[in-house]
Amino acid sequence: MSLLDVRDLTTSFQTGGGEVTAIENVSFSLEKGEILGIVGESGSGKSVTALAIMGLLPRPPARVLGGSVRFEGQDLLTLSDRSMQRLRGPGIAMVFQEPMTSLNPVFTIGEQIMETIRAHESLSQKDSFARAVEMLEKVGIPAATTRMSDYPHQLSGGQRQRVMLAIALVCRPRLLIADEPTTALDVTIQAQILELLMDLRDEFGMAIIMITHNMGVIAETADRVLVMYAGRVVEQAPVGRLFDHPLHPYTRGLLSCVPTLDQDQDRLIAIPGSLPEPSRRPSGCRFSARCVHAIPACSDVIPPLEIFEQSHAAACIRVGDFA
Amino acid sequence: MGGILVRRLVGALPILLIVSLITFGMIHLIPGDPAVAIAGMSATPEQLANIRRDLGLDQPLLSQLWDWYANLLRGDLGRSLLLGQPVVQATMRRLPVTLALSAYALVLTLLIGLVSGIVAALRQNTWIDQVAMVFAMLGISLPSFYLGLLMIIVFAVDLRWLPTGGYIVLTDDPIGWLATSTMPAISLALLLAGLLARITRSTMLEVLRQDYIRTARAKGLPNRTVVVKHALANALIPITTVVGIIVSLLISGSVVVETLFSIPGIGQLLTQAVLNRDYPMVQGGLLITTTLLVLVNIGVDVCYALLDPRVRYDGA
Repeated sequence: MSLLDVRDLTTSFQTGGGEVTAIENVSFSLEKGEILGIVGESGSGKSVTALAIMGLLPRPPARVLGGSVRFEGQDLLTLSDRSMQRLRGPGIAMVFQEPMTSLNPVFTIGEQIMETIRAHESLSQKDSFARAVEMLEKVGIPAATTRMSDYPHQLSGGQRQRVMLAIALVCRPRLLIADEPTTALDVTIQAQILELLMDLRDEFGMAIIMITHNMGVIAETADRVLVMYAGRVVEQAPVGRLFDHPLHPYTRGLLSCVPTLDQDQDRLIAIPGSLPEPSRRPSGCRFSARCVHAIPACSDVIPPLEIFEQSHAAACIRVGDFA
Repeated sequence: MGGILVRRLVGALPILLIVSLITFGMIHLIPGDPAVAIAGMSATPEQLANIRRDLGLDQPLLSQLWDWYANLLRGDLGRSLLLGQPVVQATMRRLPVTLALSAYALVLTLLIGLVSGIVAALRQNTWIDQVAMVFAMLGISLPSFYLGLLMIIVFAVDLRWLPTGGYIVLTDDPIGWLATSTMPAISLALLLAGLLARITRSTMLEVLRQDYIRTARAKGLPNRTVVVKHALANALIPITTVVGIIVSLLISGSVVVETLFSIPGIGQLLTQAVLNRDYPMVQGGLLITTTLLVLVNIGVDVCYALLDPRVRYDGA
């Protein structure tokens, strides 16, 4: 049994112009200790997928229209609020993109870590303090005991993200969802945080869903990759295979956007056009309007995600022509 | 924390100096002869001379200023022309009445305003939210004297549940105090509670959208902890500003309400002093209430520091 099994997850948002679907038929699974990268442009539905798994989509305006999210065999979408609360923290934890605003400004970081412990375990004040200090040391905060009484505004962005990690990991979750954990940080700090995540994965044996729009982060961390475009999964493959043989034209476009050192380029390569708004997605393949390989048939039906070889799947009717 | 209190108190000194200078100057800003303004057109020259001597108006301006501050430091604000007793004594006898009434009204304001604001925010766009906001709008729109009159007609005249006016001291008879203070306190509180409810609602809605609220939920905290601890602790910071303003409005609002309900507080004292041109009383009463308001503002600043660590460490 997979640790996490998401099947046909579909969610929508109520907007001024009516209900629009955010993600459609998103399916994937994740094994214990595995790192799954989810990659795509802003607005492709990566964060919505993560929040739907966590049960943290703001309802209203968001709504889950269908599908299932099985975590250790249990469907999270049918779980009561109380059971879901108990699962967040020790079962699934999440780190967010914005370390500057994700910590509560009026409580000490020590309190913010310890209250997570208190919510899930009956430990004495002394023990939970010790546990919080230990966790802060693990995520690389020096002089952790004295930093416990610091407020978020006294820490740098990188330190705050480390504190966020400490909060997420203090109850030893089986699955960590990291939603763009390094996007708001300096490049050197980014590398440190990623390295830390990998170390902690090895130490705790947890699975990670790494959400990012950065192909470099994916290459460094992920075991397997899910490429999302306009609310749908367009390609899924082991990381090495995806970088060597990308099948979907969108993935190939994404990879060619990454500048390389061994070629002399005057201009960066970009995918023409931009991500369509959820209410104005084209019929058929969502990428057809921007795709250089598009043929009239692309606009007729939404191509299903089909497995080609070595657990490599893509949703494109012309894949056979490229392979 | 103590540092902030001391700094704010020291910072208040220039304000108090300016206020005392303005109150000193008040009597000289009366067009024409202040003595005539006080005693009336038909006063004899002797009466006028007496008034000038009593108030020191026959002295040079600088020496008057010197006397004003010398007396001020000794806690002497002169003698009321109307009551014949020292201004400080008259004010201090009335002050507890107004403070008790204001405190009662403040408790009502906070209870009604905060609770309905928070509930409306948590039940945004439901009928509960709409009912709460209609009542808030009604509270804001009804003038306190009109509401007071309505309550007197219904609860005192028709139903005879409460007296139409008058005042019983809290320490003499707590039940009697409640009976005489409840209608005045409600007529003061309803307007301010409406204001507070609207501010609380919008502040809570803003705070509930913040990233750290999502973090708190992602930790698996129960909803009650997320709302009461994480959201309210942040929402209270802007709400404190409004509560500071509300306290000032309560004290100034007491002028109307005390007159309406015949309550012997500062408001009534000052109203009578103004109507009878009792200048020393007006000056003293004004200085004392202003000092009170400055202290309230210092209290608000200290509350900020208690609620918000970013303020506490800012230059502390």
